Amino acid sequence: MSDYLKTGYLKNEDVEFPKSDLLRGRMVAVTECVQEIPCNPCVESCPVNAISMNGINGVPRVDFSRCIGCGNCVAVCPGLAMFLVGIKEGKGVVSIPYEMLPLPEKGSEVFLLNRKGERTGKGVVSGIRKTDKSRNSVIVTVEFENRELVKSVRNIEVIK
Amino acid sequence: MREISKHPVLSFERGKRIKFLFEGSPVTAYQGETVAMALYRNGIDVFSESPKLHRPRGMFCAIGKCSSCMMRVNGVPNVRTCILPVREGMTVERQKGLGEKPSKAVKYPPPVIREEKVAIVGSGPAGLSAAITLAENGVAPLIIEQNPRLGGQLIKQTHKFFGSERENAGKRGIDIASEMIESVKKAGVEFYLNSTAFGFYEGKTLGVFAENKLLKIRSKYFIFATGAAEKMIPFEGNDLPGVFGAGAAQTMMNVYGIKPGENVLMVGAGNVGLIVSYQMLQAGINVKAVIEAAPKIGGYFVHAAKIRRFGVPIYTSTTIKKAIGERRVEKAVIVSLNEKFEEIPGTEKALDVDTICLATGLIPSVSLLAQSGVRMKYVSALGGYVPLRNKYLRTSLPNVYVAGDITGIEEASTAILEGEIAAYSILSDMGKDVEKELSDAISELSELRSGPFGAKIVSGIKEVQYE
Repeated sequence: MSDYLKTGYLKNEDVEFPKSDLLRGRMVAVTECVQEIPCNPCVESCPVNAISMNGINGVPRVDFSRCIGCGNCVAVCPGLAMFLVGIKEGKGVVSIPYEMLPLPEKGSEVFLLNRKGERTGKGVVSGIRKTDKSRNSVIVTVEFENRELVKSVRNIEVIK
Repeated sequence: MREISKHPVLSFERGKRIKFLFEGSPVTAYQGETVAMALYRNGIDVFSESPKLHRPRGMFCAIGKCSSCMMRVNGVPNVRTCILPVREGMTVERQKGLGEKPSKAVKYPPPVIREEKVAIVGSGPAGLSAAITLAENGVAPLIIEQNPRLGGQLIKQTHKFFGSERENAGKRGIDIASEMIESVKKAGVEFYLNSTAFGFYEGKTLGVFAENKLLKIRSKYFIFATGAAEKMIPFEGNDLPGVFGAGAAQTMMNVYGIKPGENVLMVGAGNVGLIVSYQMLQAGINVKAVIEAAPKIGGYFVHAAKIRRFGVPIYTSTTIKKAIGERRVEKAVIVSLNEKFEEIPGTEKALDVDTICLATGLIPSVSLLAQSGVRMKYVSALGGYVPLRNKYLRTSLPNVYVAGDITGIEEASTAILEGEIAAYSILSDMGKDVEKELSDAISELSELRSGPFGAKIVSGIKEVQYE
């Protein structure tokens, strides 16, 4: 593990990531929840029991072969630490929990940001799913050419 | 200018416009907001001047815990304006120093005496959950709340809660608050708002100042769920308007829809500092940096990651050296610390900020208990002086119970459970059969605390728990 408690962000190698053949044509959940904190809604929200945890203070682990990419865990995670990643028609795809204004529009171009908030490219918003009935809390799905970036894109910036 | 118009999570219902006088000039306010909020929204930062050096002073905690917002209202000095609702036509003046007596004596009606089974002081998550548990079991308590709304600090927690389903995990604090407040109201629980408990006598009588009248509440049982106050830390200029508790900034933004500032330095990377920083981004405020004196982030890593991915830097081993400004903060100087927490000369850096938020810890609000003779102990791991108690949350006075941050600084999920435990303990004392519910709540609480983040609390409780 890197010194994430000094920097406030994880490095790619800190995150358990599925092998690329598991990503082809589908989305799977990755977790960036690495501390033992008393919390388990991701486990409770998973319809196929793909997320396991050793007691309420355990660290979640995703069984990538079982995950169906439904995004329930992304919607429910209070730490905004669950993401979906995948490769579709050769493009990288990432789904990110997002609760800032303005919301991006579907089909619009956005900047891709890494875990430090740095712009690392541009992508197109291919989906927006509301996760909270009465509020502007959504899961934004972005697609981009450089599929290596699925490992590091964890935020977007709406282009004004 | 300071009003938040759009927010991703909140919508602000503002009351009708009313007017009051500040230093002789009319100020427009929304009905339902407090005097301090109305002033601040109108760009007024300075509420008083200090007694000796005549330094400008503004509000600090925004929830009635400190004395920073005291002003002269309708001729009466030392009024906490952060919890006083605005009224049409009231006169508000800056207080000079300690305040002068009113020119004529204020007349109050004779005290109201109430006889109760259970009185609960404080309506945050602990107090509300105790009230709900009691009401569900046929005992109607009376709630005393100092602020204009029920819910304590839960009404500003816009983030989703951790825990398991039983503790409402994945639900936002504000939604948990609404549900709990609705349950309390539905159960017909009586409550006094804007009412400050000022004294507790012989474990039997609570003195309460309830908006121009005095209440004497005699009750068989009491639950103290008075919460905690934000800590001030020493640095040059720490009394300048624009230096706020992080929780105060959260109250301004999330309860009243007011921006505390445009450019903010957050001091402290515990959960409060990290969460409030994120909520500032949601309110459209620029967080210049989060600094932390310790060599690592103290709050949950996931909260740090949430602000880092928006480009907010977190500097560990860094502290605030001074706040600079004439009538409010205009700059902050930060400095790096070595492993002995000593300043490293030459590492000072000035930041252009108009607001400094202190998320440097909380102190349990125990003064009523201490005054009444409940046995107390200083436990650093719990945040300060806390009452001795047993696992049923009974203090050294057998009819006095405690729940929430008053028992030691923790968070809302554990406060809710403690409220239940205190309530079930009283029900059990009253002879009701709630042994299973009581032991379930106790074991659930110990499970929540069983991880590494609960270790400090568990070690602290060992010092104050008796059999």
